[in-house]
Parts: sequence; structure tokens; C-alpha cells
Amino acid sequence: MTNAAAAIEARGLGKRYGRRWALADCTLTIPAGHVAGLVGPNGAGKTTLISLATGMLAPTAGTVEVLGGSPTGGPDQLARVGYVAQDTPTYAGLTVADHLRLGARLNPRWDDGLARRRVEQLGLDPRLKASRLSGGQRAQLALTLALAKRPELLILDEPIASLDPAARREFLQVLMNATAEQEFSVVMSSHQVADLERVCDYLIVLVASRVRIDGEVDDLLATHHLLTGPRRDAASLPSSQQVITESHTGRQSTFLVRCGEPIADPAWAVDPVSLEDLVLAYMGHATTGSPGFRMMEVKR
Amino acid sequence: MIWLTWRQFRPQAIVAAGALVVVAILLAASRASVGGAYTASGLSACHANCSTLVATFLLDLNPLDRFLWLGSILLMYLTPVAMGAFWGAPLIAREFEAGTHRLAWNQSVTRTRWTFVKLGLVGLASCATAGLLSLMWTWWAGPIDSAASFLHGQGHVNVAGANAAFGLTRLDPVMFAARGVAPVGYAAFAFALGVTAGVLLRRTLAAMAVTLVIFIAIQVLVPNLVRPHLLPPVQVTTPLTARNLTFAVNENLNVGHSTVQVSGPNFAQPGAWLISDVTVTSSGAAVVTPKACQFTLAELRNAGPGAELLGCRKVLGTMRLRQIVSYEPASRFWPLQWIETGLYLVLAAGLGLVCGWQVRRRRVP
Repeated sequence: MTNAAAAIEARGLGKRYGRRWALADCTLTIPAGHVAGLVGPNGAGKTTLISLATGMLAPTAGTVEVLGGSPTGGPDQLARVGYVAQDTPTYAGLTVADHLRLGARLNPRWDDGLARRRVEQLGLDPRLKASRLSGGQRAQLALTLALAKRPELLILDEPIASLDPAARREFLQVLMNATAEQEFSVVMSSHQVADLERVCDYLIVLVASRVRIDGEVDDLLATHHLLTGPRRDAASLPSSQQVITESHTGRQSTFLVRCGEPIADPAWAVDPVSLEDLVLAYMGHATTGSPGFRMMEVKR
Repeated sequence: MIWLTWRQFRPQAIVAAGALVVVAILLAASRASVGGAYTASGLSACHANCSTLVATFLLDLNPLDRFLWLGSILLMYLTPVAMGAFWGAPLIAREFEAGTHRLAWNQSVTRTRWTFVKLGLVGLASCATAGLLSLMWTWWAGPIDSAASFLHGQGHVNVAGANAAFGLTRLDPVMFAARGVAPVGYAAFAFALGVTAGVLLRRTLAAMAVTLVIFIAIQVLVPNLVRPHLLPPVQVTTPLTARNLTFAVNENLNVGHSTVQVSGPNFAQPGAWLISDVTVTSSGAAVVTPKACQFTLAELRNAGPGAELLGCRKVLGTMRLRQIVSYEPASRFWPLQWIETGLYLVLAAGLGLVCGWQVRRRRVP
């Protein structure tokens, strides 16, 4: 395993369909060794980025490297990356056992014991055809294939959308254990910020093809603060405090700021920010539902 | 990859194997009566002027055998089309439709290998199916085909009372595609065409339709435009005299007088494929109706086999006309079969390369 290489490294990456850019000029580095969450509003380009990183799409512009190699490299490169697409595709006419056999035949590092254990734990009948499985069971089967492949990097596109809460928890636990034991890195996109908060230690917020913010979750939480105090103008804040969102009532102002230093001004009540608030703030949404809250244009 | 291809192809393979077994049983059961009729007709000992014996033999065949004979041609035409539409078109298009290519392409197998193993194995199965079918039918219809080869290859030679189509020699375009090794080439090509259409269109149904249209168009064009040139036809030039020419006088109301159509002796090459039979002047130009053959409508009505028409023949005899006949002799059947099979196999391989390149280059979300 090349620890030096990033999990995903994109430079000026772009994909155009006709005249519409699904992803434009995207430059980002997702370091290896993390469970990295990729969040952003619909249409931000998350799935496009993942499709480019897994070689399902060819870029219109720029380059993308995965674990230091081309996404469409040879069999060795393919063996290092596990991928589960958004709709968790499986072969409708093949049984669960057939799928495991498929994985065993096509992957040199296949862990058959792991695959069988998982199928058993999930209570999937090996003789059942994939078309007879529920959406969640199909997703579990697809995940099992990706896990038993023993990848160095697991790329998941909205993996937990179709899982029930118990399965979701079990699955997230698997991811956390795996990364805790440094078995593999994970890059997953999701809408479920609450789930990401539980499992991700690295976060990338993608808005309109651009990386709004990225970094380790602990760092992000430590450097973002919610300031509440007497009404004042954003311009009057010190330059070290970067205003992400602001809201004002008649007498009171609330700012979500990014600041590397402790907030010294005694006029402020300083509160920590939840990851969900942080993500929503960067996605350009209101962080609280308080009346009179007015969204200002998101500032860099 | 071989296992996965086989596992995905298994249902179709079972259907094909079942169909082959049914055909084999049917043919094996009915072959004895065809062979018996042939022996009884005495054709095997005949060397010249055998058309009466041919007629006897063909009339002797029972209705089931006649039905099977027609069925053999129909089935051999349908087989390659079915391979293209039902095996070729869905092979990769269905993966795109179901999104399963994203599962397959993330296994530790390059998609080039994925494409070529799928193409190779199912393509071979198509060739084998078509080849076995053709082998069985060619064996079954052997007596009928060899009886037809006694007939002069004008295409349709009417044998009194017998079905006109029975008079078709193996080299006739209708029969050629249903016998020998050519169906193997057709199956390979149709299959590759189906896969290519599927890769390009990414829709199974559309790919099936396109495969059907293109393959049928090619099957119509090749016998007419390509096959006659695969091997240079034998050309026979016969000088026409008043004695050996035949002519027909046509009333031609546009011109105001009759025109004449001259032809030479009837083509008489057993089992050959007649490509063209034209009568031209010594300089190779089309025949212009001479004065002696220009009659008015009234003259034609009054004339029986009269002196005027004889005059026409006489004049035509002095015009130094030539009959030029081009044909492929019966012995060219197998050379033409192999050449055409090779041609289709090369085309199929070319399409296969296009598929591989397209799958590599074109990435599907």
C-alpha cells in the first residue's frame, strides 16, 4: 500500500454533457487513511466525481488519480479499489451464491470467508436470485462484493440510502472498524450528514463543482464557532474571523465564523458548531430555524 | 470471466441446445424417406438427361419432407438474424441498461478482457449453433440438392408438377445462404453486428431493430453485388447466326413499330449459377431493331409465321450478334462458400475490435 498517495487526487477535473458541465474545474485531494465524506447539494457533482474516480466516466478536462494510479489501470489497480454505485447494481438473474462466485473468480485478493460470513450474518439465502432480494439486501450484497475484494480504497456513492436503520448502523460499524485497523480508506458520498458525523473523520463539501471546504472533521469543528451577541456588522469582525453565514434580528447578530484562534471578544457568546450545521452553512442554507433569520450570501 | 460469461449465457445456451436436439431428431427420423426416394428414382446411376428422373424423385417426396425442405431454408435464414438480435444485441446493451457494467467493471478484470471474453465465447456459440444446424440440414437435404444439381442452372427450372423451388441448385442465391459453411460466417457477423449496435446505442431494443435492418440489407446486397465478383465468372461468347438465335418481336406503341429482342441458345450448365445472359452487337453495343424487324401493329396482326418474320431472322443472322453468358460453374460452390465465410468472419472480427475500442473509450455512467 502506497501511503504517500492520496485516495483521490483531482486536478482541474471536468465532465461535460453537451453544453452542460456536470463537474467543472474540480481540484481536490482526499488523503488516504480516512473515512472521507463527500457532501453537497443535489447536482453539485458528487456522483460525477465518483464516476470519474472509478473510471466509469472519462473526464472532459483535467486528470484524476486514485491511490496514485489511473482509475482505468490494469487488473492490479482495479483490485485495489472497491466501488459500489448509487443504485447498487447486481445481476438480477444470478443468485447470491453466484455473486460470491463471481467475486471469487474475478478478484485475486478475494476473501471468501469474509463474504460467506457476511451473507450469513445478513440472513441472505445463497440460493435466492438477486431479483428476489429487497433493495436493502441488494445493497448489502453489492457492499459484500466490494468488501470481500479486500480493497485499499472503498468508494461508495450514497451507500446507506437504501439500508434500514439497523443495517445502516451495522454497515457504518464495519467501515469504522476497517479504518480503525487501517485496513482500507473510504470515500463515501451521502446526504445523511448525521450518519457521516458518526463515521467520517474527513469531510469535503462540494457545491457547484467547487470544493467549499475540506479537512479533518476534528479540525473543522475546532475552527468553526457560532457567535451570538449584540447586533453588529460583519465588516466589523476581525480579519482572522471568516464569516460563513450571518443572521440578524433587531438587537442581536449571529455569525458562523471560521477562525483558527480562540475567540477573545467578551461580547460574544461562543458556541461549538455541529457538523450538520457546518455542512449546511457551507451548502448555503440557514443553520437555525429562528424567526427573522435571514440568509446572506455565503462568503468565502 | 469465462465462468461469468457462461453463467450469464446459460439460459440462452440451454434454449439453443434444446432447439438443436429437436431439429436433429426430426431430421434423423425423416432422412430415411428422402434417401429411399432418391435410391428408388435411380438418379444415383444417371449421368446425362436426368431431368425426368429428377421430376420423378421430387414428386415422390412426401409432404413432410417438402415442408422440412422449405423449413430448412427458412431456418437457416432466421438463425443468423436471431443470433444477432437475441444473443448479440443484449450482450453488452443489457449490462448498460441494468447498470451491472458498473459492478463488472469494478472487478479485477480490465474491461477490454471483459468485452473480448464475452464476445469470443458467445460468438463461438453462435458460430457453432449455425454450423451444426447447417451441417444437419446439408446432410438431410443432400439427395434433394444433388437432384437439383442435374438441372440446368437458370435458377428456376420448372420440373413438371413439382414445386418450382425444388429446381434450385446449391449455387442459386436462395440456396447458397442456407447450405454449407456460409451460415457460420453469417452468424458470426450478425452476432458481432448486434453487439456493436448494443455498445453504440446502449439500448437492447433499438440495437435489435438496427441489427435486423442492417443484416437483412447486407444479405440482400451481397448475393447481388459482391458474390458475383468473388471469383471471376466464366464467360462464354457465342456468335449468333440465323440458325441458333431466337428472337421475340414486341409491339412497341411508343415507337410506332415493333422492336426485337434477340437471345442465344438456352443456358445449359448443370448446377451452375447464371449471372448474366446478354446479346450484343460485334462492337458490344445493344442491339438496334433493324428495318426488317420493324412492323406496324396491323402487319403483326396479319402476319402468321410469315415471310416478313423470316426476313427478320435472316437479317438478324447477318448482323454478327454475339451472346455473352457469365456464370459460376457448379464446381465453384465450395470455393465461393469458403471465400464468403472468410469475408464475413473478417467483418465480424473488425466489428469485435470496434466493440473493444468503444467499451474502453466510451465510459457509461
